[in-house]
Amino acid sequence: MIVVDVGLKFRSFELAVAFSSGGGLVALFGRSGSGKSLTLNLIAGLVRPDRGRICLNGRPLVDTQAGIFVKSHRRRVGFVFQDAQLFPHLSVRHNLMFGRWFSPPRERAIEVDSVIATLGIEHLLDRSPGNLSGGERQRVAIGRALLSDPKLLLMDEPLAALDLERKLEILPLIENVRDAFKVPIIYVSHALEEVARLASQVVILDAGHVVAIGSPGEVLSRRHTAFDDQRFERASVLTARVEGANNNYGLTELVHPAGRIWLSGLAGPPGRELRVVVNAADVAVATVRPDHLSVRTVLRGSVASVEADKGPLATVTIGLLGGDQLIALTTRMAVHELSLQRGDQVFALIKTVALDERAGHRR
Amino acid sequence: MQTSPWLALVISLSPEELTAVGVSLKVASVATVVSLPIGVFAALALARWRFFGKTLLDGVIHLPLVLPPVVTGYVLLMLLGRRAPLGAFLADNFGIVFAFRWTGAALASGVMGFPLMVRAIRLSIDAVDRRLEAAAGTLGAHPLWVFLVVTLPLALPGILVGAILCFAKALGEFGATITFVSNIPGQTQTISAAIYTLTQVPNGEVGAFRLTLISVSIALTALIASEILQRWTSRQFHPIE
Repeated sequence: MIVVDVGLKFRSFELAVAFSSGGGLVALFGRSGSGKSLTLNLIAGLVRPDRGRICLNGRPLVDTQAGIFVKSHRRRVGFVFQDAQLFPHLSVRHNLMFGRWFSPPRERAIEVDSVIATLGIEHLLDRSPGNLSGGERQRVAIGRALLSDPKLLLMDEPLAALDLERKLEILPLIENVRDAFKVPIIYVSHALEEVARLASQVVILDAGHVVAIGSPGEVLSRRHTAFDDQRFERASVLTARVEGANNNYGLTELVHPAGRIWLSGLAGPPGRELRVVVNAADVAVATVRPDHLSVRTVLRGSVASVEADKGPLATVTIGLLGGDQLIALTTRMAVHELSLQRGDQVFALIKTVALDERAGHRR
Repeated sequence: MQTSPWLALVISLSPEELTAVGVSLKVASVATVVSLPIGVFAALALARWRFFGKTLLDGVIHLPLVLPPVVTGYVLLMLLGRRAPLGAFLADNFGIVFAFRWTGAALASGVMGFPLMVRAIRLSIDAVDRRLEAAAGTLGAHPLWVFLVVTLPLALPGILVGAILCFAKALGEFGATITFVSNIPGQTQTISAAIYTLTQVPNGEVGAFRLTLISVSIALTALIASEILQRWTSRQFHPIE
């Protein structure tokens, strides 16, 4: 259980952040300069707040009123930095064991071998950090933080410096870490797919303040003033179940109350629940069931709202059968010519390619 | 039998010249070894800590670099001479005497080499990424451990350079030493002082030349040693596989 309620003023920037979490992975989401990383630094004890409290499992780490400030080396809070920050003079093995040295032996809950196996870094142990690739470095950094037996793991955009392929390689590892080691994680990111895939709770920050807290499904589809100028960032999160794989075409068929969803790639055994992310720009709207079309995924629902201003674009929110909401980015002209209105029965067309495996949520 | 030219050179040294070489090596080594931990501490304080009087400390450390060496030697004499207050106190209570002893020569040359050493170490500590230290902290390491296992090893090349610079400076130190502890053969007469003495007497040129060769070879050895050490430490950090 982590409770954060802190304030800090630095030159013209003012931070006032409050949230709490009972476990799982909390994502701090927002654009750069919104105070996400600063919040992590406050929790890690690398920065001292002007006022407020931070409590971890009932233990106060910071309480400005009571004059408490626990130094970072006594917090038992692991930190994974964006650029790994491995010790260049130590081998990978010694980097991993660094925190082990300082953690009380009786409280060691995490096993070295299982961390190494989970992260797939056996073959790197005797190497030096200087000649690891970016992805390898990040894996070692995650392992190093885990092996210090933290009560809380902080991750500051651990994938931001990696290319797409590396990201797809590390994302499932973070999921495994989240699920296998039961360490609560606070994860900072400005990448929608990562947040939707990993988070059980999302805290959206803007200009140093919390603008929304909730599950990814609730929070990411809402329109936030924070993202007014980047409408393409809006997305929907749907929950579906794996029906089966089509090995011929390398696709996975998912069942959703509103229809079938075709996912490129293989996404695990039948019956598994998945979360998929659909970018608003990848959704088209039709008023009759379309035929002779390359799009395979067609979901049924009714228009819940239409948002349009003077600009060329409009946002149509569709209430799907089963309750999920899907957001479609269209043109204002399309809304007008189809005369879309609240309550209209519509078909949402989702390009298969938009639903790749990285958007899925593994359990 | 063929003798190597170096062996011939060493054999041809007079006993007094040989003693001067020994005194020089002893004085410079002791000066370097004793001032190294103090230098690392001072460099750390200047690079990483904020405290009252930091600028003053920085100035005092660097003073021997800009003062005429004779002045530094004279200041030491006024402080630590046998009749000076501090010198008398140390002699009476601890039996530590610097004046006209080789220990005084080591002190004078250490003081002269200290600013060079601190500068080199400070630069290398400044170059250590503080986020690495922060990372070590989040892994549970006390600041003292962070210094010992992260900062110090990463600053090692600079520390070696600082030690070599101090050693070289101590080896060549003349003005402060001769002012503070005079020029006593077998006690405070270093290579430099011996060469100076030899140039003042008739037929001393040959001895002065021999000592000059010795001096050059010691300096070259020190430089080569530092180069090898530096290559070795940088290989420790970035081994080629």
